[in-house]
Amino acid sequence: MNDTTAIRHIGQPLRRREDIKLLAGRGRYVDDVRLPGMLHMAVLRSPHAHAEIRSVDLSAAKVAPGVRLVLSGKALDGKIGPIVPNWIIPGSKVPFRPVVATDRVRFVGECVALVVAETLAQAYDAIGLINVDYAVLPAVTDEEIAISDSGPQLHDNVPGNITTIYKVRGGDYQKAAREADQVIGLRVVNNRLIPTCMETRAIVASPEPDGTLTVYIGSQVPHMHRRWIAETVGIPEHQLRVVAPDIGGGFGAKMHLYPEDLLCPYLARELDAPVKWWESRSESHQSTSHGRAHTENIEIAFKNDGTILGLKVATLGNVGAYLSNMASGGPTVNTINFGTGTYKIDNYEAISRVVVTNTVPVDAYRGYGRPEGAYIAERAIDAVARHLKLDQVQVRRRNFVQPAEFPYRPYGSMGVMYDSGNYQGLLDKALAAFDYDGRRSECEALRSSGIYRGVGVAAYTHMCGMAPSRRLAVSGFDRGGWESARVSIDSSGRATIYSGSMSQGQGHITSLSQIAADVLQIPIENIDIVQGDTRQVQAGHGTFNSRSMAVGGSSVHVSSQRIVAKAKKIAAGMLEVDEEDISYSAGAFSVPGTDIAPVTFSTVARMAYVGHKLPDGIAPGLDETVFYDPTGMGSPSGIHLAYVEVDAETGIVDILDYVAVDDVGTLINPLLAAGQIHGGVAQGIAQALYEEVSYDPDNGQLLTGSLLDYAVPRAEHVPNIRSLFQETPSPTNPIGVKGIGESGSIAAPPCMVHAVLDALSPFGITHLDMPLTPPRIWAAVQKARTGASQ
Amino acid sequence: MSGSEKLHDVTIEVNGVRKTIAVEARKLLVHLIREDLGLTGTHVGCDTSQCGACTVEIDGRAVKSCTLLAVMADGASITTIEGLAGPGTELSPIQAAFHEHHALQCGFCTPGMVMSVRQLLKDQPDPSEHEIRHALAGNICRCTGYHNIVRAVESLTSKGDQP
Repeated sequence: MNDTTAIRHIGQPLRRREDIKLLAGRGRYVDDVRLPGMLHMAVLRSPHAHAEIRSVDLSAAKVAPGVRLVLSGKALDGKIGPIVPNWIIPGSKVPFRPVVATDRVRFVGECVALVVAETLAQAYDAIGLINVDYAVLPAVTDEEIAISDSGPQLHDNVPGNITTIYKVRGGDYQKAAREADQVIGLRVVNNRLIPTCMETRAIVASPEPDGTLTVYIGSQVPHMHRRWIAETVGIPEHQLRVVAPDIGGGFGAKMHLYPEDLLCPYLARELDAPVKWWESRSESHQSTSHGRAHTENIEIAFKNDGTILGLKVATLGNVGAYLSNMASGGPTVNTINFGTGTYKIDNYEAISRVVVTNTVPVDAYRGYGRPEGAYIAERAIDAVARHLKLDQVQVRRRNFVQPAEFPYRPYGSMGVMYDSGNYQGLLDKALAAFDYDGRRSECEALRSSGIYRGVGVAAYTHMCGMAPSRRLAVSGFDRGGWESARVSIDSSGRATIYSGSMSQGQGHITSLSQIAADVLQIPIENIDIVQGDTRQVQAGHGTFNSRSMAVGGSSVHVSSQRIVAKAKKIAAGMLEVDEEDISYSAGAFSVPGTDIAPVTFSTVARMAYVGHKLPDGIAPGLDETVFYDPTGMGSPSGIHLAYVEVDAETGIVDILDYVAVDDVGTLINPLLAAGQIHGGVAQGIAQALYEEVSYDPDNGQLLTGSLLDYAVPRAEHVPNIRSLFQETPSPTNPIGVKGIGESGSIAAPPCMVHAVLDALSPFGITHLDMPLTPPRIWAAVQKARTGASQ
Repeated sequence: MSGSEKLHDVTIEVNGVRKTIAVEARKLLVHLIREDLGLTGTHVGCDTSQCGACTVEIDGRAVKSCTLLAVMADGASITTIEGLAGPGTELSPIQAAFHEHHALQCGFCTPGMVMSVRQLLKDQPDPSEHEIRHALAGNICRCTGYHNIVRAVESLTSKGDQP
C-alpha cells in the first residue's frame, strides 16, 4: 500500500486568502450591516460606581424626535434575564445580574435605561433627556479592600465580596519550607487591562418574515451566543440564527454574554423591526469586559544553589461587579493550576479568592489566567536568582522539567498535564539567537558609564483547547471541548468546509484550507471555508483558548479523512477492485502494480452524486460531519528574551531587541504563526510597560475612560520581534499542533519586567509592579538614590 | 419623518464621483462616507480621534475623517480605501505589500493604515524604520504588533530593493 502522506500545504507560509477583501475595504463587520427600517438603540449608563436607583423619569425622552421606545430596568424585570455565567466553579456564590439595573447600580457603565430611535443621533439625544435619581453608596474598586472589614458589600448572597474559593495542593509545602535554605516572599500585581479590539462590539437583531430572528454579532463563539440568547431572552434556539461576519479582533472580549446581546433581540421582537446597537470606544471602556486585575502573594522556598523546593501562592482575582461569563474560572483553574510554570516544583500550595468590586466585570483576555499563572512562576524564579545573585538562565535551567519527563503532571496534579516539550532546547536556541553572553557582558561594561541596560528572560507553558468534554464538567464549565467540521464535496470535486471555529483575524480561511488540502489532495483554491453562521454551520464552540487549530483544525482533518475513505470505496467500485488495493496519491485513486487507469478525486465526486456505480452499502453523496472531542490538551511552551535600556533620568524604557522562541507543535503556516507571536508579544509588552485601567479609589470613577488616557501602544512603542520556532508535535491530536494565539501575551510581561529590573539592578531595585511607566521607574530610581545618599 | 435637525447640502467628489448630499450640521464626515455613500471600508474605531481607522485622503492629504464635520468637506475631493486600486487591478502596490508581508490580521485598522502609509510615502519616499514607525503613530493596530506593517512599508522603500 502506497498512500502518500507527503505534506504539501501544512508548513507553508501561504499568503492569506482572506486578505484581498479586507485590503480593498470590502470586509463586512457588524456596523456595516444596514437593513430596511432599522432602528437604533442607545444605552444610558450609570455615572456612579455604587448607588441606589430611587427613580427613573423617562417622560421627556419618550416624546423626543424619532423615539420609538424608552425603557428602564423595571420594565424588563421578569421578561428577560438574568445574565448567568457559563463557567461556575463548584461552590461559587453567583450574584444576581439583571440585564438592565432595576434598583441598584454596581459599576460605572452599568445599563440603567435604553432608547430605541430612528437614528443613532436621535437615540443619543433622547438618552440625555432621561433623569435618574441616585442615592450614592460607598464604592470599592480594590480587591484587597473589598475583602477587608471596611469593604462595602456588593451583593447580599456574596458575604465578604468573595464569590469563589479554589485551592490547589501538591506535595508538602510546609515541609519544603522547613527544609529550604531560604524562603522569600513577593507580592505582585497583575494590572487590569482593556482588551481593545479595534472594532468595538456591535449587534443587529432582525426579525425575519418566517418568524425567526437573525442576530448579527461580532462573536468569537456564535453557537454559544445562540444558546445563551435563546435561553435568556426566551427564543427557541432553532428559530434563532446567529451570524458573525468579519470580526475586528476579539482577544477574549467577544466571547461573553453582554446586556446588549439580549436587548437587541428582545427589542427587535417587541418592535418587529431590526434593532442595532453600536458601542462607542468610550462606552466600550466601561461596558466590555476588562482583563487580568489580580493581586498575588507568593512565597518561595529554595536551596542556596537555586533549586526551588516549594511554592505557595494566594491569588485575589478582581472580577468586577458581577460574575461575568467565565469569571470564576480565570483566577482559579486557569491561574493557580499553572503557577509552577515550566519548573519542577513538587511542593505547591495555592489558594485563589474571586472578589467582586464596583468595577467593570473582568473576564477572558488573551491567555486568561495563564499570563497570570506564568507571571507567578516567572517572577518567583527570577526573584530567587536575583536574591542569590545567580544567573537567571542557570537558575531556570536547574529547575526545568526535563524532556524525558513528559507527559508531565506538575506537583502531582490531576488536572494539569503538560503533553510534551523541550525547554532546554528552546533555551539553547533562544540564547544563541539573542547572543546572551555577549549582551550580558555589554550590560556590565556600559553600567560604569551610566548606561543601564538589562536582559530579561521568561519561560512559559500552559494548556490549550479545553478538552475533553467529560473533564470540563468537573470544573463547572457548561460547554463541551469538541469542535465540529463538515466537509461537503460537490459534484465537481470542490470542497466547502463548515467549521465551528470562528476567526477574528487569525486567518482560519487559510490555515483550515491548508489542513484540508493535505488530506483531500485537491488544490487549495478548490476549498471554501464557512464560519460564523449558525444556519450554515452545524454546531461549534468557536475560537478561544488557542483551540482552533488543535481542536477545530483536527476536526477538519478527521472529516477530510472520512471523505477520502468514502471516496476510496466509491473508486473501488468504479475500478472494480478491492478497496484495499487502491492507493490515493496526488489527488488520484490508482491500483499500484496494475495498468488500470487511475480515477481522479473529481471523477469520484461526480460518481458519488450521480450514483450510477456505487458499491453495495455505499450511500450517494460525499459529505462528512465530525464532532471531534480531543483526548487531551496540547501544551505550547517558549522562551522569550528582551534587551532593554532604561534612561535613569527619565524612566523611559527603550526595547533594543526581543527574541521569542516558541514551541507550538506543528506549524500549519509559519507566516501566520509569527504574526500571532508578534501581536501577542506587543500586547504583553503593552501590559508590562504602558497599559493600566485606573479607577479613582474614593468614588470608583473610571479614569481611563477613552483612548486618550488608556495607553494602547503605537508603532513607535514596540520593537521588531524576532520570532523563531521549535516544533515538538503534540501527541494529543492528529496534526500535532498545540496552539499559539496566547503565547506572546503570556511570555512578554514577565520577560519585560525582568529586563527592566535587570537594568535597574545597580540601584538595588528588586521589584516594580506593571506597568513600568516612566514616572514609576523614575520614582524608584529617585528613591534608591535618595536612600543611598542618606 | 421625525428629523428635527436642519439639513445642509454638501457637494463632494469621492473616488472620482461627484455627489451632493443633505446632512445634519453635526454629522461627521466619516458618517457621511459610511452611511450616506455606503463606503464601509472606512471604519470608526474610537471617538477621540486616536485610532486612525477612519483615515481617508482629502484633497491629497491623509485626514482622520472623524475630525471633520461633513459640511466642512463641502467642495473637497476625497479618496477612500475603495478608490485605491486602479482599474483592472484589485490592489494598489501598498495593499499588495500588506498582503505579501502579512501586515493585517482582523483587517479593521487596515484601510486607515494603508491611507496613512500612502501619505508617508508621498512625504518621504524612502523612510527609515524609525520614520515609518513615527509616521504611523496616528494609527492603532492591535493585532500585528506593527512588525509586519513596518516590513510591508520597508518593502516599498530602497530597503525592499536590497536582496
